[in-house]
Amino acid sequence: MQSTSRNFHHNVEDALANPNLQDSLAKLKVGFSERRRQAVERLPEFEALRDAARDIKNHTLANLDFYLEEFERKVTALGGHVHWAPTAADARRIITELCLSVGARTIAKSKSMISEEIGINDHLEAQGIAPIETDLGEYIIQLRREPPSHIIAPAVHLTKDQVADTFLEHHRALGFTQRLTERSDLVAEARHVLRQKFLDADVGLTGANFLVAETGSSMLVTNEGNADLSNTLPRMHIVLASIEKVIPTLEDAAVLLRVLARSATGQESSVYTTLNTGPKRSGDLDGPSQYHVVILDNGRSSVLGTDMQEMLRCIRCGACMNHCPVYGAIGGHAYGWVYPGPIGAVLTPQLIGVEEASNLPNASTFCGRCESVCPVRIPLPKLMRHWREREFERHLTPKAVRQGLALWSFLAQRPKLYRLLTGWTNRTLALFGRGEGRFRALPLASGWTRFRDFPAPESGGTFHAQWARHGGARPRP
Amino acid sequence: MSATNGGARTQILNGIRRSLRRGELAGPARESVAARLNAPLRGPLVGRAQLPQPEKVALFCQWAEINNATVARVAAGEVAGEVAAYLVRNNLPAEAAMAPSPLLDRYGWSGQKLLTLRRGRGEGRDQVSITGAFAGIAETGTLVMVSGADHPVSLNLLPDTHIVVLREEDVVAGYEEVWARLRERYGKDALPRTVNTITGPSRTGDIEQAMELGAHGPRRMHIVVVPE
Repeated sequence: MQSTSRNFHHNVEDALANPNLQDSLAKLKVGFSERRRQAVERLPEFEALRDAARDIKNHTLANLDFYLEEFERKVTALGGHVHWAPTAADARRIITELCLSVGARTIAKSKSMISEEIGINDHLEAQGIAPIETDLGEYIIQLRREPPSHIIAPAVHLTKDQVADTFLEHHRALGFTQRLTERSDLVAEARHVLRQKFLDADVGLTGANFLVAETGSSMLVTNEGNADLSNTLPRMHIVLASIEKVIPTLEDAAVLLRVLARSATGQESSVYTTLNTGPKRSGDLDGPSQYHVVILDNGRSSVLGTDMQEMLRCIRCGACMNHCPVYGAIGGHAYGWVYPGPIGAVLTPQLIGVEEASNLPNASTFCGRCESVCPVRIPLPKLMRHWREREFERHLTPKAVRQGLALWSFLAQRPKLYRLLTGWTNRTLALFGRGEGRFRALPLASGWTRFRDFPAPESGGTFHAQWARHGGARPRP
Repeated sequence: MSATNGGARTQILNGIRRSLRRGELAGPARESVAARLNAPLRGPLVGRAQLPQPEKVALFCQWAEINNATVARVAAGEVAGEVAAYLVRNNLPAEAAMAPSPLLDRYGWSGQKLLTLRRGRGEGRDQVSITGAFAGIAETGTLVMVSGADHPVSLNLLPDTHIVVLREEDVVAGYEEVWARLRERYGKDALPRTVNTITGPSRTGDIEQAMELGAHGPRRMHIVVVPE
């Protein structure tokens, strides 16, 4: 997928001016986050489970090579195949070759963020193979040729009416000529159309929430059942998963599943959680005769052992974006690439380069809500700060910001001058702003006042002045 | 593909080792990680499901209903009658695809003259399926289905209505007990192709975040809980 992260500021302006998007985002603020809060309240062990989930992921990352080899050994022993893809191009080539090897015309695809990351759909289409997205949200945006705007709710930016228009336009040729108004009718129509696609598909391509080293299983979590139809009806099942998806045992999966659904949608459990282990066995009445797992690195191994390693704990629940005030204001598309929200602001510079995505780690107020809800306790604000530091080191920070920082650093090293200047500024602003208590415009600060007012300081002096007046530092009683 | 694949494998594994600043795990370090893999550690216990068996079954039923399944508790001799009555209550055809399982055969289906049963895998046109379950998880009202000659996966997914017969003795507290039973039944290294855990009917929240039942899998799930 072509990134538009460089145009972040332009994307934001578009998002703020889009009334349909703003309606949808208003629902998000009360939907997922409130349901998560209730689910957490019902489970007294939740915080202990978060600690355990973090520890499982840390242990796995420290021994990642061992667990990947164990996983491969088990898959192979049960008649499956593991393919290693260092880059996105390798993964695209492997998947395409597998599809061509069975003469595939259509593939039933179950939602996978990694498949967006490697841009598999366009690649398959260019080879004459039609990938059909089967998750309802993914199906809707595939018809509209849009990227997902949320990692677990890809069409969350759309209203029911927009979906109705999209279905009318694309399903008319199939005999559905009535514009629908009820959500249940839209779901039923999509079910009907996609059922035939499932029955016709030659290959099922899914992602994986986890790869279990102990058993050689891929684990998938959905509410719709589309992943299960994808891994059961076609004659080949291809799993696409990145290296950090592996976990040691089924017991570890139990811990992670308990925090995943509650963090994502506030459900006690997703409807379908499925372990797939190898191809159809002799005696089985259904299932694919071939089972392949494509393991993608795409730059992740280079994050291990660095101060960014913690991003690899992510289990893609989406809680960080559901609770982010910035995501809540601008939605997912503004971030400009596959992964939006706080985790996107951390992952994207890693995956496509900080030069391309330097705006994203700056799109944060550092309020810390993302870290406070993360089921594996990723310190997202700290990681965004690391990216800001790297951006500064590489001289990617805009000139005005660098000059401002240089000026501040000059003054901060000269306390007397600093106090003189801040005291003077404080008195001046307090004097001119005392009427309204705020400024609609200020010289040299139009970047701030263009979108919001600048509060006038209250009389009483600077922090330093007040601190001194109240007696300065004192020993604690 | 295999020659280049070998290179790719080495490239990824060596990349990981380089980043972790060590070679391949060896000696005591390797033994300790292997030991963790062979003797899995259980995470924090979820207190609400640690109950005597009868209360565990009741908790299972309660959570299954919260998750939009319906539940009937009947004696073994009444299973076939309950299934037939359920189909009538919901205006469904008296036809079903049933899992070819000896456990299900014990429930005296021949007594229901109006009920037509076809034993085999699910087909695209099936309206109703009847299957057993490997286990029920009390913590969340979740059913566990294991694939095999006696339980085709397609029966869990294709029909509009899924009727499941669950024995009380197969209700367990959490996932951990399910994993233990799977290892006991199938051996440590040979899980069946598919283990489906299913919590209520299929659903989607993809249009305006409002839950709608019956996305791709069954719209209705009816669980018949029997003492044996």
